[in-house]
Amino acid sequence: MALRQAAIYGKGGIGKSTTTQNLVAAIAELGKKVMIVGCDPKADSTRLILHAKAQNTIMQMAADAGSVEDLELEDVLKIGYGDIACVESGGPEPGVGCAGRGVITAINFLEEEGAYTDDLDFVFYDVLGDVVCGGFAMPIRENKAQEIYIVCSGEMMAMYAANNIAKGIVKYANSGSVRLAGLICNSRETDREDELIMALADKLGTQMIHFVPRDNLVQRAEIRRMTVIEYDPTSKQAAEYRSLATKIINNEMFVIPTPITMDELEDLLMEFGIMDEEDESIVGQKAADLEAAAAATA
Amino acid sequence: MSNMTREETQSLIEEVLEVYPEKAKKIREAHLTVNDHTIEQSKKCIKSNRKSVPGAMTIRGCAYAGSKGVVWGPIKDMIHVSHGPVGCGQYSRAGRRNYYVGTTGINTYGTMNFTSDFQEKDIVFGGDKKLAKLLQEVETLFPLNKGTTIQSECPIGLIGDDIEAVAKAQNKETGKTIVPVRCEGFRGVSQSLGHHIANDAVRDWALDKRDNDDTFVTTDYDVAILGDYNIGGDAWASRILLEEMGLRVVAQWSGDGSISEMELTPKVKLNLLHCYRSMNYISRHMEEKYGIPWMEYNFFGPTKIEESLRKIAEFFDDSIKEGAERVIAKYKAEYQAVIDKYRPRLEGKKVMLYIGGLRPRHVIGAYEDLGMEVVGTGYEFGHNDDYDRTIKEVGDATLIYDDVTGYEFEEFVKKVKPDLIGSGVKEKYIFQKMGIPFRQMHSWDYSGPYHGYDGFAIFARDMDMTLNNPCWDNLTPPWHKDSKAEAIAAE
Repeated sequence: MALRQAAIYGKGGIGKSTTTQNLVAAIAELGKKVMIVGCDPKADSTRLILHAKAQNTIMQMAADAGSVEDLELEDVLKIGYGDIACVESGGPEPGVGCAGRGVITAINFLEEEGAYTDDLDFVFYDVLGDVVCGGFAMPIRENKAQEIYIVCSGEMMAMYAANNIAKGIVKYANSGSVRLAGLICNSRETDREDELIMALADKLGTQMIHFVPRDNLVQRAEIRRMTVIEYDPTSKQAAEYRSLATKIINNEMFVIPTPITMDELEDLLMEFGIMDEEDESIVGQKAADLEAAAAATA
Repeated sequence: MSNMTREETQSLIEEVLEVYPEKAKKIREAHLTVNDHTIEQSKKCIKSNRKSVPGAMTIRGCAYAGSKGVVWGPIKDMIHVSHGPVGCGQYSRAGRRNYYVGTTGINTYGTMNFTSDFQEKDIVFGGDKKLAKLLQEVETLFPLNKGTTIQSECPIGLIGDDIEAVAKAQNKETGKTIVPVRCEGFRGVSQSLGHHIANDAVRDWALDKRDNDDTFVTTDYDVAILGDYNIGGDAWASRILLEEMGLRVVAQWSGDGSISEMELTPKVKLNLLHCYRSMNYISRHMEEKYGIPWMEYNFFGPTKIEESLRKIAEFFDDSIKEGAERVIAKYKAEYQAVIDKYRPRLEGKKVMLYIGGLRPRHVIGAYEDLGMEVVGTGYEFGHNDDYDRTIKEVGDATLIYDDVTGYEFEEFVKKVKPDLIGSGVKEKYIFQKMGIPFRQMHSWDYSGPYHGYDGFAIFARDMDMTLNNPCWDNLTPPWHKDSKAEAIAAE
């Protein structure tokens, strides 16, 4: 099987890292060889696989050693549950330096040091929140991730972010071979969430590849720095991740997304009762205007 | 223009523009003009200070060059740190001939390169800590430094380093002036914005240090020289004249200048501004804040020097006015001898200029004193206020070019056929190989000074030895010489 590379994007805090690690654990369980590349300065993309607090990152070790050329692959590449290879690009504290450059440097390092071995079936890039700059688009450039999964939920801002990410993908899809491969709904238990995400997926020209229900088991496993697959393999939640894994392995729906306008997105949200009809007449009215209007009618 | 009419010059511009694609042509034609004395404001005939056309060779520099290289760099007792990757600092090290007195590495640092030498990790994790450490090391290694400037290279503006905070912390530690300058190279269209940013940094971080300190004993005759970078000793040759007429030069900005001179400048009675382009900003600020008037002057060639000395003297009492006359009289025989010697050798020769932000207009008088004529001129990074001043200085129908491209300049030269070109090192060898005498008018071709009466003698000698150098007669190989002679005979 040829190497498949996938990138996971989505709004910050939506559960990208947790979903990715559970998914990867399930894929590994099915006998595939997988590598996770964490592309987030927080470096929390591999902790559940490695049972570690935080893995030593490429950029931190490069800074300690002097430069990235001073590093060896085995210094940064760790093997965890299910023979999963784990690396974290790492980066600065919030508010300093350039995290995007960190991602670029780290991925270049992995390429030059031969981390992309022939026995790999999958590489998953777990990428920070939004595509804020060129650095965070590195995983979807030429010869990198060809398929992108967006983690979202039925909350307005999560869908807004998903649509924005789709816009970013269009840019790279038109010049390369990267494609949107589906939305993963990580449930927040909002009303008619599955229908809503399916409707959004439909508008974006893609699919909701799986609906992952909310289950506190995930948190219980996390506290133990484990995936659900490892912590409680017989649980219903583990079966959900396995189902997601199987769907991704068999996925053949790769599209150039058709992002929608802000108005279309709002219409969709109104259709599902998440947003109320906008009253255009009140736009730009000050409190004083309202009082005056009230006095006039009285 | 002596040999070309307005129509001919205009058609030359059109001919040169012909090869450009439509869009580039439209942009470039606004930067080329034929001088018209009936026009008062240059904005009616020429555009300037705009982004260069991609693909056309421009000679411009960047904002970092304007701040580190021009305005701040010559302040000799401060250490100027090129903050970012090593190249900007190293390739601009000691590249400008701003002379200074002092012992390098002890109390002056002009030809040294201080850099934070950014590595990949500094980009990713930020360079503030490295900068703070560097400033401490500078203190240890060069304890006699009087302060530091932090000259930002491009990455600093991208990664959001807080160099102001580092500067403040270091200032608290040592009490010395630490100046953060946000002169990232990608800002603006040329080095010109770097001058402005550097001027603003002077204003915000250095100039007001002695506002509440009256210990400096002032006189009624205190002046400061602004915008003289002491190329080949220019400021020194200027200073002599000012002192001889009875003025006291408190500060030189920034050639052979020091931070304490800079800090004393708000106490002077008059600011004398040579390079308007690079220091008009701080002159205006001192006028607003301290009520110090400023005036532009020109110390190239005896005619302009004489005019300027009298104009300067106007600001002062009779003793200075007499002083100015005394100076003019004193040097008269000297400069007349220069003119008598060189004018016959240079009379009627045509010059094309293409320089930075001042000399395209300021050196015209010096050439005219030698009987030469400027038949084309233009600025790398001038603004329209520079062109306003220029259109009065050059003859009607003279060719004027802004941010001229390599191609345009060559074509203009081929058609106008000047006897001498004055421009920079990047242009020099192209035109020399075309067989045209050339002088570097940024660096004075390793000569100078050219300012003042002393400078004029050197200027005249240099122009003569270049223009009348016997080498130009040997450009035609012997086996072509006969046919050339025959051709001439046949005419």
